[in-house]
Amino acid sequence: MHKKVIFRHRWLPYALLFPQLAITIVFFIWPASQALYQSVLLEDAFGLSSKFVALENFIALFEDPHYLGSFKVTIVFSVAVAFLSMGFSLLLAVMADRVIKGSMAYKTLLIWPYAIAPAVSGVLWFFMFNPTVGINAWLLRQMGYDWNHYLDGGDALLLIIIASAWQQISYNFLFFLAGLQAIPRSLIEAAAIDGASPMKRFWTIIFPLLSPTTFFLLVVNIVYAFFGTFGVVHATTDGGPYGATSILVYKVFNDGFVGLDLGGSAAQSVILMAIVIGLTVVQFRYVERQVEY
Amino acid sequence: MSFNTKLTALAVGAFALTQAAGAFAAEEVQWWHAMGGRNGELVNQIADGFNKSQSNYKVVPVYKGNYTETMTAAIAAFRAKKQPHIVQVFEVGTATMMAAKGAVYPVHELMVDSGEAFDQSIYLPAVISYYTTPDNKLLSLPFNSSTPVLWYNKDAFKKAGIASAPKTWDEMFSASKKLVASGMKCGFSFGWQSWVMIENFSSWHNLSIGSKENGFTGLDTEFKFNNDKVAGILQRIADSQKDNHFRYGGRRGESLPMYTNGECGMWMNSSAYYGSIKKQAKFDYSQSMLPVDKSAASSAQNSIIGGATLWVLRGKQKSSYKGVAQFFKYMSGSEVQAMWHQETGYVPITMAASDLSRKQGFYNKNPGTDTAIKQLSLNTPTPNSKGLRFGSFVQVRDIINEEMEALWAGKKTAKQALADAAKRGNVLLRKFERANK
Repeated sequence: MHKKVIFRHRWLPYALLFPQLAITIVFFIWPASQALYQSVLLEDAFGLSSKFVALENFIALFEDPHYLGSFKVTIVFSVAVAFLSMGFSLLLAVMADRVIKGSMAYKTLLIWPYAIAPAVSGVLWFFMFNPTVGINAWLLRQMGYDWNHYLDGGDALLLIIIASAWQQISYNFLFFLAGLQAIPRSLIEAAAIDGASPMKRFWTIIFPLLSPTTFFLLVVNIVYAFFGTFGVVHATTDGGPYGATSILVYKVFNDGFVGLDLGGSAAQSVILMAIVIGLTVVQFRYVERQVEY
Repeated sequence: MSFNTKLTALAVGAFALTQAAGAFAAEEVQWWHAMGGRNGELVNQIADGFNKSQSNYKVVPVYKGNYTETMTAAIAAFRAKKQPHIVQVFEVGTATMMAAKGAVYPVHELMVDSGEAFDQSIYLPAVISYYTTPDNKLLSLPFNSSTPVLWYNKDAFKKAGIASAPKTWDEMFSASKKLVASGMKCGFSFGWQSWVMIENFSSWHNLSIGSKENGFTGLDTEFKFNNDKVAGILQRIADSQKDNHFRYGGRRGESLPMYTNGECGMWMNSSAYYGSIKKQAKFDYSQSMLPVDKSAASSAQNSIIGGATLWVLRGKQKSSYKGVAQFFKYMSGSEVQAMWHQETGYVPITMAASDLSRKQGFYNKNPGTDTAIKQLSLNTPTPNSKGLRFGSFVQVRDIINEEMEALWAGKKTAKQALADAAKRGNVLLRKFERANK
């Protein structure tokens, strides 16, 4: 005798899906469609007059060398943030995994920075590196380096990379640690008995087995660097000096909400949207294939 | 608490509520502003004073964040038809507000419509000229205005053997040389560089910032600040970096600590930094008028303001606008203005308030605090020095900041940086012109 389960309700599945669909439509689909609509308009700030200009906003963007410069900055920034924060967290996770005494305390302390808002983290680092009163700038000066992120674009970019990467270390750390703990001890012990050095064990056993986690974190970190770091830039460098820290998402905000150029800003959002969709597709289609689950 | 006492408490509470509702019968006037901290308290104090002075209207001030946030919030609210009566907008937003003809209610019209006697001549010309139409009609009510002045460290001057504050740019550089020789890290710095070194340098030397009377008489204006005189002084400043005469310290007020920590002996920025400097500086400080570049003009014209004004938005209950008019009148009164001026360092918007402050002995007790008013009223404003009115000017200032940073970093010459800034700015002006036709 077997039980047959058939749902005859016509509306129940829809009713159950409704909350999620409603949220998706209200918070994702609708704003995205608004951005698409706005991006082909030329409108004054108050919305008193608006004109259809087709792709003019997009053409203007790609003719603007500063917008193209912003692309370059964003790529350097995202890659640097992802590598720096993932590298550091992996190192910390491997260390924390081996600690026996007081490991709870280490782990808890390492998770703390994640609770800090990006803007606050930005201001913290900004203050430490302030050329006039910052302790780090003072230390660097003792070492003979004249740190000035108000004037030097490289310094400013480095500053927001550090502040953004630092923020993300905790999150990456948690996932790496969980990933490490899921690796069967027997594999590592067997390798150790065969005489593999700790370095060898890491690169041939642990790192490949961690790859699903690494891949997931890579996606998350790139998306974070693209979108989540707005607060850091806004609170510290305002995109300067001379556009050195003007990442794409900051430019969207600055042109739209400060400059009140809604069409141009919407066009930038649409481009950003396309980039992230493209990146995600590439990551899942090509990078994922090389990952051993 | 027994059931009975609870019931009584409830009844008393309900009674109090009906009473409160009775007191709120006065018509509300919403006022969105961008004054945080101590200045925000003073805003509340002004609104309270007005509310107590009459019973028909109640002004409700709401803090909406910084200038850009407040302006963006008001515009978004207007689009959603939830706008306040009054919104505080910074001076560079003037062109945007003005272009929104269906959205704003010009002050001169408001005063006539509500039958309030209104005498425009009591206001400081250099302050209101920034906010009037070409035929001299007031569009928005000046609220907080300041102007850049030269702040200097008197103790450092004494140590370096400098007799008095520099009056010309030549003296600025020679004073800087002496300051550096006496052991200071730098001679001078400034903040808000577009406002101080381009907009005010131009008006101070009676140079045009843009065609069409700095944009006052038409949207088809073009930038003119890329001239030899502005380029000349900026290049000299950039070159003086190698001797540490000038040191760049950020786009807005970030360079303040360089002055208050005693790194730089002089600092050019808003007179409204008075409160901060008073709190932070551990030395004898003073302010004096901006230096004159003798190669650009033989004497100074007048400086222009920065700060914000109160714009009235349309689309509210007709009767409530009379309350707005009465409130504006109350706020322009000498007592309110003198209090605001003395507490904040902003300039008073009427001559009477300045006279009252003098009579109260404020300028004697705080020497130098009248520098801003003196600078603003030095001469009758010319078409070059009554202010500026360019669309998208918030973005243009960002562009100017970027280009000037390229100059300070040695990536461009002053001439190149200014030419690029004007070119990029003009693109935005054309876009603004098209969007607001």
